[in-house]
Amino acid sequence: MDLGQFLLMRHELLLTLAAVVVLIAEVSTSDKNKARLIPFTIGLFALITIIGFIPGETGNLFGGSYQSSQLTVFMKNILNIAVLIVFLQAEGWLKKEENLNKISEYFILTISTLIGMNFMISAGDFLIFYIGLETATIPIAGLAAFDKYKSQSAEAGIKLILSSALSSGILLFGLSMIYGATGSIYFADVAANVKPDALIALGFIFFVSGMGFKISLVPFHFWTADVYEGAPINVTSYLSVVSKGAAAFIFTIILFTVFKNIVDLWKPLIYTLAVFTMTLANLFALRQDNIKRFLAFSSIAQAGFILLGVIGAGELGMTSVVYFVLVYVFTNLGAFGVVAAIHNASGVETISGYNGLYKTNPKLSLLMTLSLFSLAGIPPVAGFFGKFFLFTAAAGSGYFILVLIAVLNATISLYYYLKVVRAMFIEKNDGPIPAFRSTNAMRIALIMCVAGIFIIGFASDIFEYIRNISILFLN
Amino acid sequence: MNILTLHVVIPILTIIAILFTKDLKGARVVSAVGMGVQLIATAVLLFMYLGARKTGNMHEMLFTADYTWFKSLNIHYFIGVDGIAVAMLCLTSIVVFAGIFASWEMEYLSREFFISLILLATGVYGFFISLDLFTMFLFYELAVIPMYLLIGIWGTGPKESSAMKLTLMLMGGSALLMVGIFGIYFNSAPDGGQLTFNIIEISKIKIPVEAQRFFFPFTFIGFGILGALFPFHTWSPDGHASAPTAVSMLHAGVLMKLGGYGCFRVAMFLMPEAANEMAWFFIILTTISVVYGALGAIWQTDLKFINAYSSVSHVGLVLVALLMLNQTAIDGAIIQMISHGLMTALFFALIGMIYGRTHTRNINEMGGLMKVMPFLAVVYMIAGLASLGLPGLSGFVAEMTIFVGAFEHHDMFHRVVTVIIASSIVITAVYILRVVGKILLGPIIDKHHEHLPDAKWFEKLSTVTLVLAIAAIGIAPLWLSDTIIASLKPVMAKLAMVIPF
Repeated sequence: MDLGQFLLMRHELLLTLAAVVVLIAEVSTSDKNKARLIPFTIGLFALITIIGFIPGETGNLFGGSYQSSQLTVFMKNILNIAVLIVFLQAEGWLKKEENLNKISEYFILTISTLIGMNFMISAGDFLIFYIGLETATIPIAGLAAFDKYKSQSAEAGIKLILSSALSSGILLFGLSMIYGATGSIYFADVAANVKPDALIALGFIFFVSGMGFKISLVPFHFWTADVYEGAPINVTSYLSVVSKGAAAFIFTIILFTVFKNIVDLWKPLIYTLAVFTMTLANLFALRQDNIKRFLAFSSIAQAGFILLGVIGAGELGMTSVVYFVLVYVFTNLGAFGVVAAIHNASGVETISGYNGLYKTNPKLSLLMTLSLFSLAGIPPVAGFFGKFFLFTAAAGSGYFILVLIAVLNATISLYYYLKVVRAMFIEKNDGPIPAFRSTNAMRIALIMCVAGIFIIGFASDIFEYIRNISILFLN
Repeated sequence: MNILTLHVVIPILTIIAILFTKDLKGARVVSAVGMGVQLIATAVLLFMYLGARKTGNMHEMLFTADYTWFKSLNIHYFIGVDGIAVAMLCLTSIVVFAGIFASWEMEYLSREFFISLILLATGVYGFFISLDLFTMFLFYELAVIPMYLLIGIWGTGPKESSAMKLTLMLMGGSALLMVGIFGIYFNSAPDGGQLTFNIIEISKIKIPVEAQRFFFPFTFIGFGILGALFPFHTWSPDGHASAPTAVSMLHAGVLMKLGGYGCFRVAMFLMPEAANEMAWFFIILTTISVVYGALGAIWQTDLKFINAYSSVSHVGLVLVALLMLNQTAIDGAIIQMISHGLMTALFFALIGMIYGRTHTRNINEMGGLMKVMPFLAVVYMIAGLASLGLPGLSGFVAEMTIFVGAFEHHDMFHRVVTVIIASSIVITAVYILRVVGKILLGPIIDKHHEHLPDAKWFEKLSTVTLVLAIAAIGIAPLWLSDTIIASLKPVMAKLAMVIPF
């Protein structure tokens, strides 16, 4: 076997290397200098992100268990960028006294989950897929419980691990049925053998339920809000953006490749999930005051919108999902970045605490507004394009009523996004959050988000590129 | 650069320039200069357009430019104008220019105010020049969203709830509209081939009638909500009453016209069969708008509410005229859009100025203002007379054309409708004359009003611009009317295939 072939796994290998290097660096720095690990790791990760963009070979490894294509490489690059932004945003938080002795843990755990997600994206059979899933999930529980002295954070960790274990069990149960019916765990073989019969249908429903936990679709979303609220903000943003984005990628890939022959079976299921996810998440988001819970429900609703791209099966569906996640990364990290910056400076975590923010911190307020408008899908920012193409995909398959429900939901979501805008710009407050200067790393992260929010929508080349590699991938 | 693209670029440059200003003085000067340049650009466009038509350039759209944007979905930045769009652009430039001067003393967060206001205008300009449904929709939403901040931050009264109500209802409208646009897009190539958002290309094919039946209501109501279509008009009185002066001007003057223009350019032009079939239903709704709006205005005592309800009535007249589906009525509808845009902008400007002096908008608390502020009072009277359709001013031309057009239908239904909507003129006269009599004439009620100053130079500039435009249309309506009728040909040709006249 030619060792050069392993370069196909360059993203995973690089990340593993990074995790090891961080571990060694941790051991070899004295207690006084721990804080230096932060810029070191961020620099290292930035390097990895850049290397990831160097075009390279694509193909299959291990007899098809590992597949790489331009699309999977692109997805991994999106996740890398997202994690880079999360790291930059975490810098100020990690520098705090209580976290100084846990810096490397944060980075290593995060990178481990990212490795798992990369393997999931590249999986060519259900075994690699499942191993990737577990690698991606278990470290997150550690991250959620990172503020171990806070009972809320510990609770979040426990909740996450329990619900993950349950969902993994359900997922495995479903996979075993599919294995029983088709006699193979290889995606290619399963795809060739799936028929719309009862056993496959049952297995498929369990599979979707299991994945539903990961993407937090209604009615599998109950862990989301509590975990998002309890976990530290920089973990929440990771969960909400990277973890969810990766799960959406994988879900789409598997539905579009493995289960493409039973489209008629899964479309009604996705339809129902989409309607419930959008509507219920929106209704719950209406009454939140904690900004993290608020963003949790908003991100559940966004997952519902992603399902519209999924239901528009085919290359347009794939393109729109990948494009939307790309937009979502910058948009949601923009919002989370502001929340994290404010939390680090003042500890405020409620929407009513944001009253009068524009007077004291105009730039952050504008950035938050921009991100929220992008989440709501208001032109001319990227979120508008992302949503529009998702809806185009669904409408292209003839689901006009679903599109109507979705756009009405987008209107409802505008209400609660505007509530935050109202707090920042309109509400009067005698003691607003005082003016502060965020750290340089946070500024870089936020500038990246703003650039993404503005550029991705107008740069149609990105969309066309995703479309081309999606067509390559699906054929 | 294409003169139409310039109409979007100038406001954006103005916004960037405002970012570099420090205070109100800088911001307002920059805005005034920017929008002054924009007004000149529109005037140049008008003369270029008339010149091109005179030399016999009979293309459907002039000054077109076409850039591919999202290639695989066939989304273009495709722009071009006909006489109707040029007229709407002129209206927009005049109202925006007047609006800047009407908010000359906006002390609170002035930079942000002018930026939001001009952003709103950018959306409106972009909407009128777009011939691609995607860009049109993009600009449409861009025009709606700054309203929230403009009303929420700088408004009066229950501004937060009014702003939220307005934004959500209009965005709900755009939700319907989005479904309609998707419906048009995915039916734009019934014989196979490339789907398109291009309005001109779609107008050349026939969208399957079943699809039209399904998607026409979405599109029409979607735009209609912005045109205060009954029963979706409730955002309008609250929104207008709470908005600051310039925003009311721009919103009632221009933004509501986006609704009428969209109904005409997208819903009726692209789906004429369904428009013909369903016209009766929407005629009933819009007739209710006309009469209900006028009756509502009678009962109000707040000047802004009176004018807001009157807007519902007048814009309803636009929609009802469009639905008459004949050349005269549609011509009247478009003149009415321009005329009402100017008139209502003038009204709201005056109300803002009066309120700035008397600190009340309640007509029972004012009286004899003619004695203390003769300039403003006279202009108010002119606006009122234009509104009730006095010959020589723009309102008469518009309404007369509409009623003549509506009466061209011979059947009972249209005749009855015509009679009902014509009755709104009488009701209009009632509430206009009542207000004029109460607040301008008679004795001065409030002693504090005795020494109020008359209009300042920027207020005079703002109002005189609008009065001149109103009088111009009233005195020489034919050049406007001819331009519109010439541009109506493609639409009428399309409708003629459907309607058995």
